[in-house]
Amino acid sequence: MSTSITITVTPRVQYLLRVADTCLIHAQRLAEWCGHGPVLEEDIALTNMALDLIGQARMLLTHAGGLDGNAFDEDQLAFLRDERCFFNLTLVEQPMRRSSAHSPGGDFADTVLRNFLVAVWLGLLWQRLAASSDGELAAIAAKALKEARYHREHASGWVQRLGDGTEASAARMRAALERAWPYTSEMFARDAVDEAAEATGLGPARDALQACWQREVDAVLADAGLAQPAPTPFVSTGTLGRHSEHMGFILAEMQVLQRTHPGGRW
Amino acid sequence: MNSEQAWAVLDTVPDPEIPVLSLRDLGIVRDVVVGADGDAVEVALTPTYSGCPATEVIARSVRDALVAAGWQRVTVTQRRAPAWTTDWISDAGREKLRRYGIAPPGPAGDGTMPAPGAATIHLRARGVACPRCGSADTERLSAFGATACKALYRCLACREPFEHFKPI
Repeated sequence: MSTSITITVTPRVQYLLRVADTCLIHAQRLAEWCGHGPVLEEDIALTNMALDLIGQARMLLTHAGGLDGNAFDEDQLAFLRDERCFFNLTLVEQPMRRSSAHSPGGDFADTVLRNFLVAVWLGLLWQRLAASSDGELAAIAAKALKEARYHREHASGWVQRLGDGTEASAARMRAALERAWPYTSEMFARDAVDEAAEATGLGPARDALQACWQREVDAVLADAGLAQPAPTPFVSTGTLGRHSEHMGFILAEMQVLQRTHPGGRW
Repeated sequence: MNSEQAWAVLDTVPDPEIPVLSLRDLGIVRDVVVGADGDAVEVALTPTYSGCPATEVIARSVRDALVAAGWQRVTVTQRRAPAWTTDWISDAGREKLRRYGIAPPGPAGDGTMPAPGAATIHLRARGVACPRCGSADTERLSAFGATACKALYRCLACREPFEHFKPI
């Protein structure tokens, strides 16, 4: 197995990796639906969104690699970092709940709901990052924002349709919301990395996104006839590099080829 | 050689996924700078989508075409800002798309997010004219198609499915 790389985690690099890794791991989970979508159009939509997110992650990883001083490239950062050096939101690494033999990728309700929660968050984040003091980050964000609008519209439409659909679809959406909701606190946690980013104009602190996110999510949930779950004291810690038990498995699947055949191209 | 000759070469380089369009039609060539000695050229390209798998192929075909046309030194750079918009697709490009069976994009708008609470279901978005029969009686089947840049539609008048180049 190829040796892991060690990056120098400055607040700036960690801030960038939080966004990059959230896009990358979210994309990896969405891409698990490839070939398993409930309908052909949705299979294509989920993988298209995954492709956008991977593109966004690639640009951010390349940028973060340039700042790190070790000059790691996007592939090294994606495939040779260990779990503790990934800083994605814990929410996106959660596996899809397996509901039946007919949905091998998991419950579509979980995917729809999480995609919606993350798409709103990323949309608000890109909007602010487009004004970053870091010109490259601002350019990446301005591009990503255009794509994120389609993701958000698509995800919102599904939440409304399934939440306000049949009794069965509504029950599954309620259950998915209950499962995802405890992980949303981390989207708005604030720490020294956020404060450094805010102070240097690199980007917003996460807590600055909360009010807008809440308004948008509330509006769609209300349309969908879904009630927002009660808050819990739990705050997940993926953005600090401390992940849930699922992270190792998703990294193993994502990294195995490059670690077995270092530098392999096809 | 001069920049007009370089532009003419770029007008012959097709987009790998929509070969009816040249890179110039697509509006992704942002700048062409010819060196003082006339045998070096630098081309600045703007990527269409963050995850577009054609980006690297496009850069390579630009280099190959210019080298084949006699340029000695060719540099292709990526320019991210300002971000590419479908508003940069030329009028000729839009007509080529329509004839190819892809409904061209409407205005991209200012890129801002809609106000909170404005989210509505657009799964049956309408108002895109069928590239085959011209009818506006069409509906969207999916916002995502065979490539990142296209949505799937169907025409309710002539009953044919078609693709729409999404405004972005």
